[in-house]
Amino acid sequence: MTMIFGIPVQALMGQLLLGLINGSFYALLSLGLAIIFGLLRVINFAHGAQYMLGAFVTLLLLNHGGISFWFALVLAPLIVGLVGAVIERTMLSRLYKLDHLYGLLFTFGLALAIEGTFRYLYGASGMPYPQPVQGGVNLGFMFLPKYRGAVVIISLAACIGVWFMIEKTKLGAYLRAATENPTLVQSFGVNVPLLLTLTYALGAGLAGFAGVLAAPIYQVSPLMGSNLIIIVFAVVVVGGMGSILGAIVTGYMLGVVEGLTKVFYPEASNIVIFVIMAIVLILRPAGLFGKDA
Amino acid sequence: MRKFLLSTAAVGLIATPALAEISDGKVRIGILNDQSGVYADFGGKYSYEAAKMAVEDFGGKVLDAPVEVVTADHQNKPDIASNIARQWYDTEQVDAIMELTTSSVGLAVQALSQEKKKITVNTGAATTELTGAQCTPYGFHWAYDTHALAVGTGGALVKEGGDSWFFLTADYAFGYSLEEQTGNFVKSQGGTVAGAVRHPLATTDYSSFLLQAQSSGAKVIGLANAGMDTQNAIKQAAEFGITAGGQRLAALLFTLAEVHGIGLEAAQGLTLTESFYWNRDDASREFGKRFMERTGVMPNMVHAGTYSAVTQYLKAIQEAGTDETEAVAAKMHEMPVDDIFAQGGKVGANGRLIKDVYLMEVKAPGDVTEDWDYYNVLATIPGDQAFLAPAESGCPLVQ
Repeated sequence: MTMIFGIPVQALMGQLLLGLINGSFYALLSLGLAIIFGLLRVINFAHGAQYMLGAFVTLLLLNHGGISFWFALVLAPLIVGLVGAVIERTMLSRLYKLDHLYGLLFTFGLALAIEGTFRYLYGASGMPYPQPVQGGVNLGFMFLPKYRGAVVIISLAACIGVWFMIEKTKLGAYLRAATENPTLVQSFGVNVPLLLTLTYALGAGLAGFAGVLAAPIYQVSPLMGSNLIIIVFAVVVVGGMGSILGAIVTGYMLGVVEGLTKVFYPEASNIVIFVIMAIVLILRPAGLFGKDA
Repeated sequence: MRKFLLSTAAVGLIATPALAEISDGKVRIGILNDQSGVYADFGGKYSYEAAKMAVEDFGGKVLDAPVEVVTADHQNKPDIASNIARQWYDTEQVDAIMELTTSSVGLAVQALSQEKKKITVNTGAATTELTGAQCTPYGFHWAYDTHALAVGTGGALVKEGGDSWFFLTADYAFGYSLEEQTGNFVKSQGGTVAGAVRHPLATTDYSSFLLQAQSSGAKVIGLANAGMDTQNAIKQAAEFGITAGGQRLAALLFTLAEVHGIGLEAAQGLTLTESFYWNRDDASREFGKRFMERTGVMPNMVHAGTYSAVTQYLKAIQEAGTDETEAVAAKMHEMPVDDIFAQGGKVGANGRLIKDVYLMEVKAPGDVTEDWDYYNVLATIPGDQAFLAPAESGCPLVQ
């Protein structure tokens, strides 16, 4: 058997693939964060809670409405996006005039409140969600559950779609222009507050989308988001705050790095991303894909 | 009028002479545990309800003094727990603290309580240290410990041919001690340990570790972790076809609450050890149903253990005729434990309750006949095999 650094190549291939799967979640979540930060300049600490909300909505749709996973994949992000729009309209939009810190504090408090409510309602250990796709494929070097393969493809498609929409379409151009100079864009007759609401709803909806994809793999529990959110923030920082392409690429990349760490030195697997973050911050404070300020 | 007040006061004094034996005129029990984190279902507010149930079943009074239960969330942090305990003892007349999930917290509060000369009864933490090297005269360990889990689950699987093990271990003290004790027991039964991988606490994705365990070729994958960590590992093991591939999973610390959390689809076939199962006999069923009505969940060994601990503490006060710590602790060491939780249980000189524990197998979804009927009881492990004898525990009080 061929070996690389004392690890069989086959095992390495398996871990690379797993890294890519985890990277899909990092990419989706950091994409939403990057959009909200890049366009609204809000550090959305409620992102983890919105991810959790996506998973819970999926579960509740199944348990109370009998709605299958594939419908929930469309419906749940819309519901979470709607919740996001309400939050933005009624509360967050009042903070735009103030320092960024207020947005951060507000969303942090909101996350605690949402998670606390769900813990009160559903308990801390959470609830199971059945696998929508059973079985898997034997790739020779590992057994790949079909569902995990689907996750990579779906999330990649979603990331590319969102990137395309923001960077290449007219709506995306409005969005970017509205954050650059809201007064000017408004004077052209564009409804800027509505655009901002839509942006926050999109970011929240993406978090919800990741939550739906996570439901069959991870335990659907109130704290599922808070475990993940810190890593995702590190991904955004490494990619460059506000850089949409950076968030996507870094998400997949760090997923793979983390996967490899789990083979070579498992104890460090939860800190490797932060070590990389520290190094990147020292060498390139604006992040790998960020524009130097 | 004044005369009347004086005379009623005098009558009151004569009528309740025993009240004088109870400090501050009441008995106050504190339930200190994790109510918001990963162990909130394992113990949490349900343990508080169990304690209140025990007080109500006892009549709400002992030696004519009212009994109260107070509770707080220690967030799994020893410093927070110690502060709360200190405040309870110093300013709020708490007489005993119970539950104390999480080993580090249990050890800290037990040591503090010895200093304050108060009783602790631990039903939530796992470490054998509580009644081993760090035992105290007023500290009791009630529901289970890492030794019982190792003997129960480890022993059963080796007997069934699961003689090579690979561990998935939470990277902190509790995980190490569970891995070590189970590994030693497996080896003493003629088995081997193929290896172990240590994962950080609160990891969400276990697929990488599971693949390593899979490629080790070991017959049994021992999960030396707890709470949500174990739940995610089991769920993902099913997904990656590990159990379908012939390897067995052994959840070393897993209770009814966690089985309910991940659902039978993922949990079926798991072997685990608990010291209580609600559907085991008439008395436990009756208790389980009453608990269910109150809380909406069936009790696990921590909840039932807390009920038993509170009941035994009140019985000891009754027998001793006082709530003075020395006298009550002496009674608790001496009295047998017979209730819904333990039958013929004995308390060792190190404070360990020695009672039977049960080896369970989680049923397949199709075999369940009523809600929460999740286990088949495979075997009863007698208390003296499940727990270390006081003389072997390393407790300095026993020598």
